[in-house]
Amino acid sequence: MDDTYQLAYFRFSQLDDERYVLTNQAGEYLVLPRAVLASFVKHELPSTHPVYSRLRSRQFLFDASSNIGKELLALKVRTKAKRLENFTSLHIMVVSLRCEHSCPYCQVSRQSEDRSAFDMSEETAEQALALIFQSPSPAIKIEFQGGEPLLNFPLIQHVVHRAEAINKVAGRSLQFVITTNLAVVTDEILEFCREHSVLISTSLDGPATLHNANRPRPGKNSYELAVAGIHKARLALGHERVSALMTTTKASLSLVREIIDEYVRLDFPGIFLRPLSPYGFAVKTKSYAAYDVDRWLDFYFEGLNYILELNRNGVPFKEFYAATILTKMLTPFEPGYVDLMSPAGIGISAVVYNYDASVYASDEARMLAEMGDKTFLLGNVHENTYAEIFGSDALLDPIEQSFAGSAPMCAECAYEPFCGSDPVFHTATQGDFVGLKTRSGFCNRNMSIFKRLIDLMDRDVTARELFLSWAN
Amino acid sequence: MTGQADQAPNPEHDAYLFKGQAFHSECQWVVTFEEHRPEAERLFSDRRLVVLPQEFDYLSEGDVIRFVPDRKAVRVLFRKDANANYFLVTERCNHLCLMCSQPPKDVDDRWLAREILDVLPLLPATTPFLGITGGEPTLVGEDFFDILASARDHLPNTPIHILSNGRTFKDKAFAERYQAIGHRRLSVGIPIYSADPEVHDYVVQSKGAFDETIRGIMNLKSVGAEVEIRVVVHKQTYEGLADLSDFIFRNLTFVDHVTFMGLEITGYTRANMDKLWMDPYDYRAELRAAVQYLAAARINVSVYNHQLCLLDGSIHRFAKRSISDWKNEYVGECATCSRKSECGGFFSSSNLARSSHISAFH
Ligand code: SF4
Ligand code: SF4
Repeated sequence: MDDTYQLAYFRFSQLDDERYVLTNQAGEYLVLPRAVLASFVKHELPSTHPVYSRLRSRQFLFDASSNIGKELLALKVRTKAKRLENFTSLHIMVVSLRCEHSCPYCQVSRQSEDRSAFDMSEETAEQALALIFQSPSPAIKIEFQGGEPLLNFPLIQHVVHRAEAINKVAGRSLQFVITTNLAVVTDEILEFCREHSVLISTSLDGPATLHNANRPRPGKNSYELAVAGIHKARLALGHERVSALMTTTKASLSLVREIIDEYVRLDFPGIFLRPLSPYGFAVKTKSYAAYDVDRWLDFYFEGLNYILELNRNGVPFKEFYAATILTKMLTPFEPGYVDLMSPAGIGISAVVYNYDASVYASDEARMLAEMGDKTFLLGNVHENTYAEIFGSDALLDPIEQSFAGSAPMCAECAYEPFCGSDPVFHTATQGDFVGLKTRSGFCNRNMSIFKRLIDLMDRDVTARELFLSWAN
Repeated sequence: MTGQADQAPNPEHDAYLFKGQAFHSECQWVVTFEEHRPEAERLFSDRRLVVLPQEFDYLSEGDVIRFVPDRKAVRVLFRKDANANYFLVTERCNHLCLMCSQPPKDVDDRWLAREILDVLPLLPATTPFLGITGGEPTLVGEDFFDILASARDHLPNTPIHILSNGRTFKDKAFAERYQAIGHRRLSVGIPIYSADPEVHDYVVQSKGAFDETIRGIMNLKSVGAEVEIRVVVHKQTYEGLADLSDFIFRNLTFVDHVTFMGLEITGYTRANMDKLWMDPYDYRAELRAAVQYLAAARINVSVYNHQLCLLDGSIHRFAKRSISDWKNEYVGECATCSRKSECGGFFSSSNLARSSHISAFH
């Protein structure tokens, strides 16, 4: 056997003083001691070394024993990139900006009775639908957002009927979601959702005190309405057709166990522990406090540990952000999560049709616009064609410039296959599409999570098995 | 063979099976056993009588035998009541696996394939399962496709499982032709012994085998064929099981089934005991990890030919009783075992080496 080998293209980053993480092009990783990595890159690793075989079967090296490695690697890279050709699958329609809540962190909603000013019109919805069905994606998901979208329920009904009619010919896999706080839900609305297989995604920030403090409304009963609405909606639609999303505020940071307990108690399969939103404060100051990221990471890791503890005690429950990353780390599949994609998912994976007929590259892009920065305004459904909107410089420039494979730091980062690029975040916090990653809250937050997940799995095989069951 | 007078026989090839019962047969051929010889000779003086040694008296209605009068040779080709029948297509092979149970012979045995082509039309359409084995069955080329086409025509509802080393399918055209046969329940079981090409090539004693087998599997999956990956666990393979399951999930994600098999102590295994045998109890941790990993990856995984008491409790649900029921035996310890009915027991050949950790469940 010839002892020489060829190095495949791979990246490596330091995990801690002793260990390095190596990733191949398909996102498979190995953790190696520094000395082993050094002898490997110097072509000095003997083929009898136990790591040699693992490097070879994961296509970090090629040698004379086999020729199939490059083909396998190419196939995996192709499989992961495959979803790009489908283009936009998530289409968000902001049917009303009005809301009966007055959440302080919400940058977009309005307390107003003026339908004509803040509701989407039928004509605008028609134009948006025409654009939606020009997307080549075989799966189309239309998500109704607000404000509180149920305040313009007649338009939702109209869009659902029209989309179903169009789809008789278009033949896509069509799905609807309403994102609602459930405060104004009625039996009639739920009956309509049941008939048309509409999913419900609601907001639940944690226990009553936290939730009600986060979400003021007349009556101070946002939590009670949400919980009653969840039960009612589950009864009408089926348990798994109702999901919940939390918003993290500073008040949440010391309450992660209580928040998780609330989700477990309400029988949800998992929770998405969301980052603090940079929109608002950060947009005004063009800076994002590292301090906030670190405090959020403490919150996140405490939550993650608590969930693992629950799992080990036989309570099946997931943290969905970790699950998304683990799908990238441990499986050959690409989850297609908008914030962790490179090229960035803005526009080409999800897009927003605003109440006023403007089209934005993402939900965050529209919030940024509400703060006065219209960088990611792609066009108007009445004035622009599909080609003009999705071929606009406003979309293509940020996607091209922020591509992680060629962005400073990301290009050499071992975690790049798990990460993504977020030009909207970096515009909001640093004023350009790429951002300096050493000062980026996005980078700090994600890299810390990648390292922690890999460290947990490297120390304990049973954690790896458990995490694999979270993935895919 | 038919044992029932009221079932319309096909006089051309059906034989009447006489075990001393009342009869009324139109068949030209009558088959019986030594104990019924005098009676049969009296009753069937005008028929062609075949008297088999008493050891064949397990034969029953629906079975297929081949009888060559001049050589007084008889071969049992098909047993209707067995839950699995295997047809050996050829004894030739391009592997020389350390643990081969059917050591290959480089002989011209094309008669085997022709015999299978003769038998297939005789089988009941309700046949529950048919295995096609070798040697390497794809090496017979045209006959291989003829056999599959005949199975498609005569046994459209019978699951047909082929045991192949997969190398011939490295030729995309061969894989396409295989899939074009169009049998709805055709599947192929292909062994991979390690994610390490050198270990795999060593176990099958053939340089370059790994690449060809992997390419074969990729081709089969790309044409939409059903593929099972079979892993025999022994001293050469147990350490690599975790890496192998990872390799399968990442590179051969779309395989339909992964099975882990225990070592059967026949054929070459007897000669290679020092290289192969280890107490399955000593690889239970590696096997558990590999099975759990694939299960978590949502890949259909099974464990065959393992005594239940040697497996980690968490993977009992993946253990299947072996398909070939007639090989199974139990030992003294099993008499009181509460889970004997779920356990596959032992190969009859296993008295050559047996785990020292067999212990009954109570
Ligand atoms: S953002 Fe940070 S963690 Fe992500 S790829 Fe770039 S450098 Fe790596
Ligand atoms: S004692 Fe015998 S029957 Fe029971 S599990 Fe063990 S081998 Fe099987």
